[in-house]
Amino acid sequence: MDLSAINPILFIAGFLVAATPLIFAAIGELVTEKAGVLNLGVEGMMITGAICGFAIAVETGSPLMGFAAAAVGGALLSLLFAFLTQVTLANQVASGLALTLFGLGLSALLGQSYVGIKPPRLGDMNFGPLADIPVLGPILFTHDIILYLGFALVAATWAVLKFTRAGLILRAVGESHDAAHALGYKVVRIRTLAIMFGGACAGLGGAYISLIRVPQWTEGMTAGVGWIALALVVFASWKPWRLLLGAYLFGGITQLQLNLQGVGVAIPVEYLAMSPYLITIIVLVILSRDKSAAPACLGRTFHASS
Amino acid sequence: MTQTPLLDLSGLTKAYPGVVANDDVSLTIAPGEVHALLGENGAGKSTLVKMIYGLVKPDAGHMKMFGQPFTPTEPRAARAAGVGMVFQHFSLFDALSVAENIALGMENAPKMNALSQQIRAVSDTYGLPLSPDRVVGDLSAGERQRVEIIRCLLQEPKLLIMDEPTSVLTPQEVEILFKTLRKLSAEGTAILYISHKLEEIRALCDSATILRLGKVVGHCVPRETSARDMAEMMVGKLLQTPMRAGKTPGDVVLELKNLSARSPSAFGMPLRDISVCVQAGEVLGIGGVAGNGQDELLAALSGEMLTAPGMVSFKGRDVSLLGPTPRRSMGILSAPEERLGHAAAPDMSLTENAMLTAAARENLDRGGMLDWGAARIFAEKIIEIFDVRTPGPGNAARSLSGGNLQKFVIGREVLQRPDLLVVNQPTWGVDASAAAAIRQALLDLAENGTALVVISQDLDELMETSDRFAALNEGRLSPPRPAQGLTVDEIGLMMGGAHGMEVAHV
Repeated sequence: MDLSAINPILFIAGFLVAATPLIFAAIGELVTEKAGVLNLGVEGMMITGAICGFAIAVETGSPLMGFAAAAVGGALLSLLFAFLTQVTLANQVASGLALTLFGLGLSALLGQSYVGIKPPRLGDMNFGPLADIPVLGPILFTHDIILYLGFALVAATWAVLKFTRAGLILRAVGESHDAAHALGYKVVRIRTLAIMFGGACAGLGGAYISLIRVPQWTEGMTAGVGWIALALVVFASWKPWRLLLGAYLFGGITQLQLNLQGVGVAIPVEYLAMSPYLITIIVLVILSRDKSAAPACLGRTFHASS
Repeated sequence: MTQTPLLDLSGLTKAYPGVVANDDVSLTIAPGEVHALLGENGAGKSTLVKMIYGLVKPDAGHMKMFGQPFTPTEPRAARAAGVGMVFQHFSLFDALSVAENIALGMENAPKMNALSQQIRAVSDTYGLPLSPDRVVGDLSAGERQRVEIIRCLLQEPKLLIMDEPTSVLTPQEVEILFKTLRKLSAEGTAILYISHKLEEIRALCDSATILRLGKVVGHCVPRETSARDMAEMMVGKLLQTPMRAGKTPGDVVLELKNLSARSPSAFGMPLRDISVCVQAGEVLGIGGVAGNGQDELLAALSGEMLTAPGMVSFKGRDVSLLGPTPRRSMGILSAPEERLGHAAAPDMSLTENAMLTAAARENLDRGGMLDWGAARIFAEKIIEIFDVRTPGPGNAARSLSGGNLQKFVIGREVLQRPDLLVVNQPTWGVDASAAAAIRQALLDLAENGTALVVISQDLDELMETSDRFAALNEGRLSPPRPAQGLTVDEIGLMMGGAHGMEVAHV
């Protein structure tokens, strides 16, 4: 065993990549939950996004087209959830679980002819001389545009929720749909948009796995990241920056355990593989002492009775 | 008066499946007039104001504002036309700040800093102190109402609709609210005031329209009409006042010693050092503004919330650590405030709901096997004795109107012959004649030696039923005083006064 074989610069750059799918999926779910909707279908929307993005990137040869298709695919699938929960008023937990199962099956079907293919590679952004800065350069400035987009999305979500009227209305709908309805806000429409945003983000997160992190297509390749995203939203107390922190923690430990496996640490692989999930959840449980941050109407069905 | 009325409604009709909520309703309101809308629950008051506020579309009839046709299709349109509404159940968001709540109710909300300035300005002008940065979840009911009122006032409404505004206020807060409303009226704002508190209407309103079963049954000038006459117009029959016979209380049934407990809910109120005794045959009335520990006190007595040993004793026995079922079999029964979801399971039938609380005391549970036949007979007995209007005990609790379900919930406990009965808001949302019947049943129970704790926000109810009166304020219970001879001012002070309010400087 030789720990010096782990290159710290590559390690940090690697965990930024490992965290990105989680950031996308979780920030989308955060917005959905802030509007009062609990969508447990994140995993299903991610895997659907992964295959949509992969297929379109392979067919068009453009990874960016792939990411666009992933967002559309995730949003379309979430529209099914929106129809079930907002129009037919179905139970959100059951609908979300069904969405995950449906997404896993659908993606396996769509992906049959894509197994074993290599997708076109998305190049890194060119920051010119910035990339030559020692240590910081390789860590921060040698990534693809989607990774930066993920970071920007967290910042934008935070700013919109905190400072804009649109964000205020979104939070209001999640706090009390009856009061928001009484003030004349379109609860169902706002929630549907939030669900679609969540779906698009989950799709992007899935495509990041199939196009950049892995990059290939295998069935069920999201491997529970969608569930971690759901847990992350709760343990981050619905706060975007804390969510980012949790995602980096998870990404960091994932990367670390891969590196440790690589250098042959004498711990059974199974323990290493479960460690990111375990440690992320333990740390976030400790961080999330203030439970009051949950949107008051989270998961409750809205029906305009008047 | 020949001036154009501010609002002119004629022939408004709205039908829901199976019920006509408003039938050919007409009324006019002049600028600066304070107009009362009177009626029992289900008389159609709420539907009428929802039509004016654009939440409900009338089936027939039309509305005019200043002589121009007025057909709001949504609340925004109504607000733009100058209609403001303060809701009965506040349409506020607990987790947001005062300023954010107010911004949500405005069409073109200014930047938060500017808005905070405006809120301070309006709250000074009308004597409604309120800090824009506080989180609404931490405010008292009176302060919450101020948020709603200020939200309306910032839009300079021509017509302000107030739906049961005083039901959650202390008498002092009511007085301040009335000063604000009179000031608004003097400035030319018309007010449509919904209430069934007749003395308040007599004190405040210039004219009144009375609704019964969706129809206008009369107009009157409240200052010249007695409260009793108005009540009888509302109900359509003569009212009976509950009767009580003088009696001497018996042994101590319930004793609370320094009862302190944290609230189980995040925005709840902890109980602080409550000590009181209730004797057999005595009614202890507990007043206080909602959210001052009423729910927690009921939970501590019923056994839903356990307390430290020695705090709650029943007939000399410490029951602090016993759950609801053992307490029920000993004779401690309770009826909480929230009918749907707490006192009754909404989607279960009345028979099943009867089984839920009466299993132990009525012998409906034999060695783990449920006796549904007996439960059904018990449910039928409640329905008959308490005049619950329902097709039968097989109907779901949810299908009953609020008043009927309340009669069922109270009747279910009363008929189990409790030794101690704790009720919270026993007649909330119940019409006058049914309320009188419920109060009579409670008094009859006391007559037969049951100790009663009646928690309520309706002072008239407490004065009518209680032997002794105490008030909950911030989780503390004032020392009980004999109810006879207490004045409204004294009660108000026991309830904690006006919660830091100043009288408007008119």
